[in-house]
Amino acid sequence: MALGLTLTWLTLLILIPLSGLAWRSSELGLAKFLAIAFDPRTLSALRISFGAAFAAACINAAFGVVLAWVLVRYRFPGKRVIDAMVDLPFALPTAVAGIALATLYAPNGWIGQFLTPLGIKIAFTPLGIVIALVFVGLPFVVRTVQPVMEEIDKEVEEAAATLGATRLQTIFRVLLPGLAPPVLTGFALAFARGVGEYGSVIFIAGNLPFRSEIAPLLIVIKLEEFNYAAATAIAAVMLVLSFIMLLIINLIQSWSRGRYGYGA
Amino acid sequence: MEVRVQNLRKEFDRFPALHDVSLDIRSGELIALLGPSGSGKTTLLRLIAGLESPTEGLIYFGDEDASKKTVQQRNIGFVFQHYALFRHMTVLDNVSFGLNVRDGARRPPKAEIRRRALELLDLVQLSGLEKRYPAQLSGGQRQRVALARAMAVEPNVLLLDEHFGALDAQVRKDLRKWLREIHDRTGHTTVFVTHDQDEAMELADRVVVMSQGAIEQVGTPDEVYDNPNSPFVFGFVGQSNCLDVRVNGGEIWFEDRPLGLKVEIEADGDAQLYFRPHDIELRDGCGGCIAGLLTTSRRVAGTRHIEVDIGKGHPPIELELSPSQAGSLDRSRIAFRPKRWKLFRAG
Amino acid sequence: MALDTSLQPTKVRSAVTEHRFARWTLILASLIFLTLILLLPLAAVFVEAFRKGAGAFLEALQDEETFSAIRLTLIVAGVSVPLNLIFGVAAAWAIAKFEFKGKAFLTTLIDLPFSVSPVISGLVFVLLLGANTHLGHWLSAHDIKILFAVPGLILATMFVTFPFVARELIPLMQEQGTGDEEAALSLGASGWQTFWHVTLPNIKWGLLYGVLLCNARAMGEFGAVSVVSGHIRGQTNTMPLQVEILYNEYNFTGAFAVATLLALLALVTLILKTLLEMRYSEEIAASRRH
Repeated sequence: MALGLTLTWLTLLILIPLSGLAWRSSELGLAKFLAIAFDPRTLSALRISFGAAFAAACINAAFGVVLAWVLVRYRFPGKRVIDAMVDLPFALPTAVAGIALATLYAPNGWIGQFLTPLGIKIAFTPLGIVIALVFVGLPFVVRTVQPVMEEIDKEVEEAAATLGATRLQTIFRVLLPGLAPPVLTGFALAFARGVGEYGSVIFIAGNLPFRSEIAPLLIVIKLEEFNYAAATAIAAVMLVLSFIMLLIINLIQSWSRGRYGYGA
Repeated sequence: MEVRVQNLRKEFDRFPALHDVSLDIRSGELIALLGPSGSGKTTLLRLIAGLESPTEGLIYFGDEDASKKTVQQRNIGFVFQHYALFRHMTVLDNVSFGLNVRDGARRPPKAEIRRRALELLDLVQLSGLEKRYPAQLSGGQRQRVALARAMAVEPNVLLLDEHFGALDAQVRKDLRKWLREIHDRTGHTTVFVTHDQDEAMELADRVVVMSQGAIEQVGTPDEVYDNPNSPFVFGFVGQSNCLDVRVNGGEIWFEDRPLGLKVEIEADGDAQLYFRPHDIELRDGCGGCIAGLLTTSRRVAGTRHIEVDIGKGHPPIELELSPSQAGSLDRSRIAFRPKRWKLFRAG
Repeated sequence: MALDTSLQPTKVRSAVTEHRFARWTLILASLIFLTLILLLPLAAVFVEAFRKGAGAFLEALQDEETFSAIRLTLIVAGVSVPLNLIFGVAAAWAIAKFEFKGKAFLTTLIDLPFSVSPVISGLVFVLLLGANTHLGHWLSAHDIKILFAVPGLILATMFVTFPFVARELIPLMQEQGTGDEEAALSLGASGWQTFWHVTLPNIKWGLLYGVLLCNARAMGEFGAVSVVSGHIRGQTNTMPLQVEILYNEYNFTGAFAVATLLALLALVTLILKTLLEMRYSEEIAASRRH
């Protein structure tokens, strides 16, 4: 009974809408589809979305490892609170994050006001998009790396030390390579999330076509113009790329499990 | 390289793990730290390694004070109980690790490192497996990789922490023999920690028996087995029986009669008599014997193990009889006397 | 060898920790990073809301449109979350307790809304139910409004928040296995009784956790809802959408006032989440090992 219920529900809620998307895309015909997909404005939006998401995911990968390290290995006042706060981007509505970040980094904003005299503009530039995506993707790397770090065997570090490795050598040659799978997974998750992000970006981005217009926004704009064909085409391209991301994550995990005996 | 430990004391959060331990380890010997858990043997090993620092005391490698050196500087080889192999590196990379992390001047060229690592893998009989990853090896193979890795740095001293602990009994026996061979070939000063007295007796040149943070006795396996200097050592290193006795005028009295055992220098008073199950002779009802009823009898390999109930609330005495002794057993009443024994003062 | 009078050796640093300087540098760097990225934006919300004083703040919340936005958010969440709860439990039940072909496919399907941009999630509903589709014609012929009306908002929210409950429960129920249920059935309990008295108590904390996350997302969803709502003021604007409208009109106090409510919701969610995690860490750790 439960199975029947589940299947009905899933079909109604997820399968039908998504296949509707696929169907509509195919309605377009290949030529028209490609024309829209390769339209300069589309390409630019895709480039900005994927580029900013990539940069943000890289930043999150680096700081995420540091954060996870600090949370797992050190003790300091307020650690419990900080650990809980890492999940804030999961809990905070994207629109709220969006207006807050816009206010902070606008030319006369809390932080922006110090950067404008230095000639650094964050709001209304791709840089602002990157910062918004760093916010959104922060928990992903930290939360995938933390459990793996907690399981690191102290004996392995001691072994490296007995063999003459300095602390730095131990960290870079022994510990970090072991963390590569979860970092990669977290990176891919943050990247996938960043590509599709909308609410936290549109306030800080400025949304100028060819400069700071992200792909999801382009979809919304096309929808408002009732240009369903274009919206569908762009969405389809994004979906295909997201699917590839998921596939890569799974491949990394099964490869590392086979070789090293453990995955992320 | 000889290792000397002087008045070593170690406390963990007020808990005393080692009290005033001093020990001289000769260069090239294979020495065992033997004791039950909590005896401080692993702590002592880790202090020598530099993985812990002593609360008080000194450690010398040769003539140098090693106490102030970090673990990296001491140039030791440590094999952990669960091997602690680097999972993301091949066997070859694991073994070469110690040489690869050396800085500039002391580091051999790549080809040389590779040669040495392969040589060591050959020594531990793992040639051909250098491209495998630890996840693909059996327990015994991992143990040998760990050993090869530790030996690669030409350590001053090799330290092994219950390193056979995680293996099956049969594998363990094979590896014991093999470890002795490796030691004889390479000549490293080796200290290993174990709670298994068979292992210690079989492998070691000398045995250090430890209990509750202190050294009870140091000696060759023969010395420690035949001449234990305390009840603890007597009981730990082999099987033993214990009787409360009294010394009276140079004779040992058990309950109400003398046993026919003479002591020379002991003063009168209460004492405890320790003897091993196989160090007895059977008697035909004598005046000075220990006697009792045969309760159980079973065959174990080439000997017969029996239990004798000597009454009056004493725990049963365990005896081991050779085939000829066992042959003369035809009654349920057993009388015997220890051939070799040791007397310890009570308390 | 004469005894060294200073028998106290110098303390040598443990092999597995960094120099104290390095440690505190890393801690400091992390704290600065977190402050810049997380804490400042959060603080900005509260500060900007009260910039013109508490009076203006309260006034903004009592604005009619804002008020109906709050009400709408509560309605949408109030419908989506319970429904997703029921179907999430059903899905997890089916996957964890039964063997059937296509299980992996089902699990991937459940995860799908997570990996799809919220805008695309909203888009699929527009494509399906829009005025120029078959379905859309049929609906307007019968005067049923889904898109650009409350039902559309609920549908889009459900799509986006469906995975939360299921994802928490599937690994949990898989780890718990079918032993308990089989025992109950063998003792004569009906399927429903088994579920209510045996399965449900076993999963209650994972369920609470999933519902908590589901609710936070349901109330805060922006992208998907934005696409299907039509932005009809006073009628199809949830709180996040209202924030956008107020902000774009430069009504910063209003926008941040509503944002404050949402931020408070987020903080309460975090606190409850942490409490749940602390008390039932084993059970939830099983579901975290995804």
